[in-house]
Amino acid sequence: MSGHSNYPEWIYVAVVIALMAWVGAEAWEAERLVEHIPEGAEVIKVTAQQWFWTFEHEDGTKEIGELHVEVGKAYKFEIRSKDVIHSFNIHDYVVLMDAVPGRVNTVWFAPDAVGIHDIQCREYCGLIHYNMRGTLYVEDPSS
Amino acid sequence: MVLELQKPRPIWQIMFSTHHTDIGLLYLISSLAFLFLGGSLALAIRIELFLPNIEGTGQIIADSMTFNRIFTVHGTTLIFLFIIPFASAVGNYFVPIMVRYKDMAYPKLNAIAFWMIPPAAVLVWLGFADFTWYAQPPYSIISAPGPAADMWIFGLKILGVSSVLGAINFVITILKCKHPDMSIGQVPLLAWSFLATSVIIIVAIPTFAAALLMLLTDRLGVSGFFNPAMGGDPIAYSHLFWFTFHPEVYVLVIPAIGMMYEIIPRFSRKPIYSYNSGVFAFVMLSLVAFSSWGHHMFATGMSFTEKTVFMVGTLAAVPASAMHVFNFIATMWNGRIKFATPMMWAVGGIALFFAAGAGGVVNTAMPLDFSTHDSYWVVGHFHLFVMGTIAFGSIGMVYYMFPYVTGRMYNETAGKVHFFLSFVGTILVFFTQHVLGLYGMPRRVFDYPPIPEWIAMNQIASVGAMIIGVSMAIFLVNMIYSSGKGQLANTEDPFGLGGKYYYPFEAKNPHH
Repeated sequence: MSGHSNYPEWIYVAVVIALMAWVGAEAWEAERLVEHIPEGAEVIKVTAQQWFWTFEHEDGTKEIGELHVEVGKAYKFEIRSKDVIHSFNIHDYVVLMDAVPGRVNTVWFAPDAVGIHDIQCREYCGLIHYNMRGTLYVEDPSS
Repeated sequence: MVLELQKPRPIWQIMFSTHHTDIGLLYLISSLAFLFLGGSLALAIRIELFLPNIEGTGQIIADSMTFNRIFTVHGTTLIFLFIIPFASAVGNYFVPIMVRYKDMAYPKLNAIAFWMIPPAAVLVWLGFADFTWYAQPPYSIISAPGPAADMWIFGLKILGVSSVLGAINFVITILKCKHPDMSIGQVPLLAWSFLATSVIIIVAIPTFAAALLMLLTDRLGVSGFFNPAMGGDPIAYSHLFWFTFHPEVYVLVIPAIGMMYEIIPRFSRKPIYSYNSGVFAFVMLSLVAFSSWGHHMFATGMSFTEKTVFMVGTLAAVPASAMHVFNFIATMWNGRIKFATPMMWAVGGIALFFAAGAGGVVNTAMPLDFSTHDSYWVVGHFHLFVMGTIAFGSIGMVYYMFPYVTGRMYNETAGKVHFFLSFVGTILVFFTQHVLGLYGMPRRVFDYPPIPEWIAMNQIASVGAMIIGVSMAIFLVNMIYSSGKGQLANTEDPFGLGGKYYYPFEAKNPHH
């Protein structure tokens, strides 16, 4: 085209590519660590259905809409759905995984402080999607 | 030139015309009508979310079903009945002139493609489906009430066929009908954007067309492609859907970038910094458009490898988008810029495009996606594209085309007020929604618990939406009033830029 030189654009594109490569590498490394489920994590079966959550602990106790866990322990959620797609979300611990009927998806977390957190559905699932909520109680077993 | 209000013709002569500017006018008017219709649904959503529902107060919309229907039709309308037909309007006006041909390659096909839109719009609006524009099974199969859902499916089917017909027409017009003296490397970037977009449409849309048929037969109970109760897999639908609709994001955004390429050099009174890099970035974008659909599905239980592949595929779109931004800034650099209304919209659109793209990088970085996915962050993110980039580019183009279409000038002050209010409103709504997403508010909710931060940010967003609403009312009045009573435009050079960079207004194809 015209006589001007394009080298600033090449430098700019190179910088953008380098930045993206850095973002990608960091994300890859972080996700690799995040996805590594620690051995001995206690399994909690999560069942989603329109429009509530059911939790089943390893010892067979069931809870509806509430989940009690112990601080400092690792938990692995096995997430199922009975009807449509939901998404199991504890936003404070960045736990997010879709409940897909016909599949079992897993995600894990290890609560590090005593507290009460919201559980919610993050995937549109119909009429009461907005109120498909639950509560997570992180408790200290010694107290 | 159309100039309907100066030399009126009976309306059926325009409706049954196959001339490219007549069809462009039909596209233009209908798409803007749907911009206002879809936008008013957005206002209804924002009014409902202004306050959480506490013991009967703060609730405006009767029930969540109505609310769900409203946001479904809002999305469907603005994507399929505003953005895509608006791009076709611009393409119809400019592409034949830019490639120096007398009309589109297939004028009758062009008319058919337009006339498929009204019945589809009627189906979508009379049905008022509730399963979001994504129609995710198994909800859309086992739970969504008919006949609304079926009407939506048929409506989208018709719109898909209409887009493919339009796309074929653009590809043939640009590649086969351009003037023999003109090489493909001389076709203006706006026409290039239509070439890139049309190729994406032709490759991507058939997948969704197939998915829609499968969805319909699933709803009828004769098949179980996506129904787990019959051995199907709902995630297969997600793949088919996003294989069409991630590229579709580029279908929406590339013409808007092309419109900015039309506006910015003219109002900077400089040639484009690098035509070649613009073409290269368009081609790159249309290729990488197909490498990133899986990033919509990171939370469906994808394996680490799949996620990595789609993350890399998504990040690959960033350099090409960044080249456009560079090109715009380098074009404006040292230019004698005239900040008339179209230029303001284009420059505002570039700023918001940059912000939208930066947010997109966060979404695709795998661990961060689990913070933002399906939250209001995503709503803010893609609205910065569809509103901040695409609607800004498109509205800039409306002002730019206005003298070309009507032979009159719009009111410049009202145009600038429209821009400032919309720009402030867009930032208030969509930047706030990003933060709201980080606080964990899910999208597509009729109501939310009274968490103080959520209430505050929802209210900021609702106020922003009202500001946009006011600005759009000014826009509507300006368009209607000025097309009848505006000052006559100097069609040689309506914006007073000097005629050197200003050819489309001089060109005119005779009616046939």
